[in-house]
Amino acid sequence: MSNLNTATVEKYRNNFLREVEANVEEGHWVKMCMQCGVCSGSCPLGPHWDHPPQKIFMMIRAGKRDEVLGSSSMWMCTSCYNCIARCPRELPITHIMHGLAHYAKRLGLAPKNQPTKKFAQIFWDSLSKKGRVNELKLGLSLYFMNGFAEGVKTSLKMQKVGMGMLKTKRMDPLEIVGGHGCKDKKGLQAILKKAREIEDAKAAKFQQA
Amino acid sequence: MAKEYSFYPGCSSQKGASSSNQLRSTQTICEELGIKLNEIPDWNCCSASIGYAGGGELPRLTLSARNLALSEQHHAGQDVVATCAACWLATREADERLKHDNQLMAEANEALKEAGLTFKGEKKIRHMVEVLIEDIGYEEMKQHVKKPLEGIKIAGYVGCQTNRPFGIDGESFENPVYLDKMIETMGAEPVENYDKKVSCCGGALMFSEPEKSQALVKDIIEAAYDGGADMLVTPCPVCQMNTEAYQEQINKKYGTKFNMPSVYYSTLMSVAYGRSAKDAALGGQIIKAKQLEEIAAK
Repeated sequence: MSNLNTATVEKYRNNFLREVEANVEEGHWVKMCMQCGVCSGSCPLGPHWDHPPQKIFMMIRAGKRDEVLGSSSMWMCTSCYNCIARCPRELPITHIMHGLAHYAKRLGLAPKNQPTKKFAQIFWDSLSKKGRVNELKLGLSLYFMNGFAEGVKTSLKMQKVGMGMLKTKRMDPLEIVGGHGCKDKKGLQAILKKAREIEDAKAAKFQQA
Repeated sequence: MAKEYSFYPGCSSQKGASSSNQLRSTQTICEELGIKLNEIPDWNCCSASIGYAGGGELPRLTLSARNLALSEQHHAGQDVVATCAACWLATREADERLKHDNQLMAEANEALKEAGLTFKGEKKIRHMVEVLIEDIGYEEMKQHVKKPLEGIKIAGYVGCQTNRPFGIDGESFENPVYLDKMIETMGAEPVENYDKKVSCCGGALMFSEPEKSQALVKDIIEAAYDGGADMLVTPCPVCQMNTEAYQEQINKKYGTKFNMPSVYYSTLMSVAYGRSAKDAALGGQIIKAKQLEEIAAK
């Protein structure tokens, strides 16, 4: 168990809802859910969630901490915003799911090989390095995220898609050596570092309170 | 006089990137319509809707705040305009959330200070189709048509993020009609009651959950064929790529025979405005839009 995880378990013992309200993006909305299920019925990947959003909200209130944070559910969100548009209580469900996913990952509780978790991290790493996403490197790291052998297999499978993009000049092989980026990379990285520090300090304060 | 905007092009629009064809054709229609797009100097990625695993709330919001601060600094008085659905959404969301929460606003500015920037929150953040519909209008869009796209039937695939959660021109989330109206304005025929108009293509999960996402795209294309469509038109870079690039894989898996072009509204408009295949970025089609190529060559 990570230190942060141990500390939060201690602090919020038996009150997972309070923990979510304090630490998860838009988490203070969770208690507003009235269990109508419109979100679950509206989700394009609904059938693939272990626990659809409506159930996740009730599980949070029931204190099912490990089941919620260890689940692959939130990682099924495609950010289509159907649930937000349709929720009669106007919960920002998409954001809460992103928030729960981020929190689970931060505590080290997210499922180890969850593919969207890996891809979302690769995306963040790509953008925070140079300020802009390098699509070629993003694609390649994605294919190779489960090791070399798997990567070669995926690359072969995706070869035609890649060739199509290449031929239409919508992919540039030269991106591998340099690629696009912000001029003020240092400034951008300093901004992100500071933002992270502020957020970490806030989380630490909640733990002590 | 040209209408000027502070333009946020986004990562996928860059040279050699997946929606560089959208940028090319957008520039063409802007020339025709007297719209001047001033690129935000040194803009950065907005983190789209998928950066959340690595980036927490504040780092993500601050990314957009940096772009807006640069826009305020260099393009005073100009609305911010994005062509990418995810760029528009992330930027507008960040703007609203920071303005709504004084503490978050102060924290974002504390981070921005590291690079000598300040975000004031004085900009309106708009999508390119809002500029076309609200500032130019359907009437004027029509006046520039030189080659009406007669005889082409098109499924207007709006998708998610150019629709929800903000909506375009106050239209309904379940059945927005702006794209159909734009298709009609160009002289083509929109598929009526296109079943999958606002369905999700899987978005970024096309990369991490390809099978689940391709199943969604299969339904989107099948419904377009059912409606008698010759092609799809879409405003969104992710929708465009997802509905075009994977048709061959879908055919392999499901035994379908899809071969349907998926084009940007800007490509469609460029052709209708009488511009060349190059200006319309038709070369960017993996599945060639032959009907549009023929009209452009006339």
